Amino acid sequence: MDIFIGAFRDGLTMLVSGATDVWSIVLVSIQVSGVAVLLALVLGIPIGFALGTKRFVGRRMMLIIANTGMGLPPVVVGLVVAMLLSRRGPFGKLELLYSQPAMVFAQLIIALPVVAAVSAAAVSAVPRELRLQARSLGASRLQEALMTLKEARMGLLAAVAAGFGSIISEVGAVTMVGGNLAGKTRVMTTAIVQYTRMGDYGPALALASLLMGMVLVVNILLTQVQQSAERYEK
Amino acid sequence: MRDRSVRPAAWRLAATALAIVLAFSLIGCAKAAEEPKAPEPVAVEKTKVVLASTTSTQDSGLFDVLIPAFEKANPEYTVEVIAVGSGEALKMGENKDADVLLVHSPAAEKTFMEAGFGIERRDVMYNDYVLVGPAADPAGVKAAKDLKGVMKALSGGKAPFMTRDDKSGTHSKELKLWKDASISPTGTANAKDWYLATGQGMGETLKIANEKQGYTISDRATFLTSKGALDLVILREGDKGLLNQYGVITVKDAARPEGAAAFMEWITSAEGQKVVGEYGVEKFGQALFTPNAK
Amino acid sequence: MKPASIAIQGIRKSFRGKRVVDVDRLEIRPGRTMALLGPSGSGKSTLLSIVGLLEKPDVGQVLLDGVAVTPHDIEARMSMAAAFQRPYLFKGTVSDNVAYGLRLRRVPSGRVAVLVSEGLERVGLPGWETRSALTLSGGEAQRVALARAMVLEPRVLLLDEPLASLDPLMKWRLARDFASIFRESPITIFYVTHDQDEALTVADDVAVMRDGSIVAQGCADDIFGLPADDWTAEFLGMEPPLQGIVRETEGGVAAIDCGGVTVYAVSRAQQGTEVLVGVRPEDVTIYAGTQELPPSSARNRLAGTVAEIEHAGSTFRVTLAAGTLRIAARVSRASVAELALVPGVAVTAAFKATAVRVRAIETGDTPGEYTCMSAPGTDITPPVDLQG
Repeated sequence: MDIFIGAFRDGLTMLVSGATDVWSIVLVSIQVSGVAVLLALVLGIPIGFALGTKRFVGRRMMLIIANTGMGLPPVVVGLVVAMLLSRRGPFGKLELLYSQPAMVFAQLIIALPVVAAVSAAAVSAVPRELRLQARSLGASRLQEALMTLKEARMGLLAAVAAGFGSIISEVGAVTMVGGNLAGKTRVMTTAIVQYTRMGDYGPALALASLLMGMVLVVNILLTQVQQSAERYEK
Repeated sequence: MRDRSVRPAAWRLAATALAIVLAFSLIGCAKAAEEPKAPEPVAVEKTKVVLASTTSTQDSGLFDVLIPAFEKANPEYTVEVIAVGSGEALKMGENKDADVLLVHSPAAEKTFMEAGFGIERRDVMYNDYVLVGPAADPAGVKAAKDLKGVMKALSGGKAPFMTRDDKSGTHSKELKLWKDASISPTGTANAKDWYLATGQGMGETLKIANEKQGYTISDRATFLTSKGALDLVILREGDKGLLNQYGVITVKDAARPEGAAAFMEWITSAEGQKVVGEYGVEKFGQALFTPNAK
Repeated sequence: MKPASIAIQGIRKSFRGKRVVDVDRLEIRPGRTMALLGPSGSGKSTLLSIVGLLEKPDVGQVLLDGVAVTPHDIEARMSMAAAFQRPYLFKGTVSDNVAYGLRLRRVPSGRVAVLVSEGLERVGLPGWETRSALTLSGGEAQRVALARAMVLEPRVLLLDEPLASLDPLMKWRLARDFASIFRESPITIFYVTHDQDEALTVADDVAVMRDGSIVAQGCADDIFGLPADDWTAEFLGMEPPLQGIVRETEGGVAAIDCGGVTVYAVSRAQQGTEVLVGVRPEDVTIYAGTQELPPSSARNRLAGTVAEIEHAGSTFRVTLAAGTLRIAARVSRASVAELALVPGVAVTAAFKATAVRVRAIETGDTPGEYTCMSAPGTDITPPVDLQG
């Protein structure tokens, strides 16, 4: 157990003193995953809305894709994005590989199907009759959609949390397309891997605690919100 | 509704499959019990030996040849290679998570031995480091007259330089080169723009250097293995300061000291040294390592 | 605001290749309440969605005040409002719900508050604004849903089985409330229900739907008094209409020969006219066969035997056979016991001449269609009260 106690002491010291760039790593993590989730919401909620409310040709196929996407191995995403963006790849001219935009792009691909599938489920839980009701009171298509999203807000919150959770803890893809460059593309997960490789358990453990704390907080918030919603609905 | 009707069917299928598997395995058991016992083969209880080494050694492909040869010569052992950075490899030794180490970080190895974590250290082989970068050589390292000049040229920040920054052997070597040149790369004015820490293995770092069209220091083996995918060339090689000495260390109080000792003996023996010396000739047209065990 | 007339023409709608609505013509005149009756699955709700511009028909037109409109005509849609079987309320307060349509219409918030408060008062929930919509009982929620539609002062109000999910007590209380609210409001109302008692309570006019088509439409009294055909009669809990011929007329009363039995009806039908004749079961009184009939205004007294006794909710439906004629009566439990009614017992059925609905067979009208000119009960049967 000495190994843990020692590492924990080291990590705590670093966090408190701010001596290492642990905090800047956390910041990069939040920044990259935050932007990715935001984009995933902007694209994923309309897709989820269409999947959850409309009947159209190819809907089944898209649902299957979205649900498969939820199990999309991040390393596969990393591989494909790395190949696309690499200097010899089709988008090599952009010189984007090993940069934050590349990470955002990869995380967006990972989070998008999650957000789309979860929000599709949330939206389809809103009764069709409620939408009909809104329409019957004079709602336009847009107003009807806004009402539906408002009704499904708990589920959409779950989509946010699921999307964020799917990428903040992810290490494969961000390593492959981010490159773990210090102060630039180094995020919590890649830093933990690196510190562990180097035998620096202190900062690794410090970051691991922060990461776990972050995931925990997101899930506690979510559970809290959902429970209060359940109470409300009864 | 469709899901609900499908699910029971799926469960039934799964249950049936499980039942069939169970039935067959029972039959199999019964059969096995009936059959007369075959004469037991001469039991060779294989002992696992944990070898901690570096990713660069792993990436060079040496172990794919070396380990089978060792296991053939010593059938009582199987080797499990854990490839990490030199720093973690030594840490694994310190924590007794490995029985034997094959690393290339002479200074750190010295500290390790002095701290009493190892039983014995022997030289095994060396290869050399190369300085690679874009063919255009924007920093002008080719023209430098010695390594000090090279490092000075790099610190000008004309092009990015990738440091592995992972306490690996290669990283130690790079730090030593800066130190010998009396330059602190992180202390330069625009370090943030040109001195990029990857924190990753050699292969990844080479790829990043390639994408950024920057410089890095690599062991020759890894560079030769991955150069097909890279638009980088060797800009400096053969300088004395670029030599890379590998050492084998048996870990004190390890779980399997005999296996560790056997590995050390074999790799420093004429037989082991021959395998090391021949590796790479066939594949790359040149040997990647020069055996130098005493 | 002036109530609107709404009509549909040549509406067809199919789902997955199955024709669910096929209506040539249906009209609701301004300010009247039309109940659309029909068994489950007859296409009522789909028709309501089409009339309410919530769904597009495959072919056909919806006419609002004679002008063709579509779901894209936001102005037309804004002049309508609907409430459905289950009171689907939005998450939020009662006030949020009632205000929803008003906000869509960009009514100033001060005015919204006033209208919401008035609307809640109207449905008997004064001061309920701040309650959570999701804590309401079914009846309360349905009132909120109704208020939500009514505050918009729509020219057309669409109600799809608004009482079907309520318990009987609440149902009848609300049905009565609805009836008085509807009568006070100058709103054209399309009211879908499968319950004829409910339809009778709230509606001026009735349309009957079967397998996607309208089989009868007209004022409530006529539809219920004289079903258009055997199926409608059965659906409405009546015997098939009787067929007869007017033998003589005297003082507005026609004596109609129905297979040898004479039925007297207040009707302008001419002598020799072939007619259909119907009587509502609740208008028929049954007496034990041997009993001396008390003096009453019931001109028709038919002697026969009990052919059938069936439960019909809280009452019994007793079918009397007199010759080839069959006529149903609604009889209370107490009466069935008192009169010892069992099949085969001799009884007398009595009903007023004013209770008999008569329609000429060869009028040339589309079968099953009636025209109510104004208030209920002013059809072929004139509003003359002839004693006996």
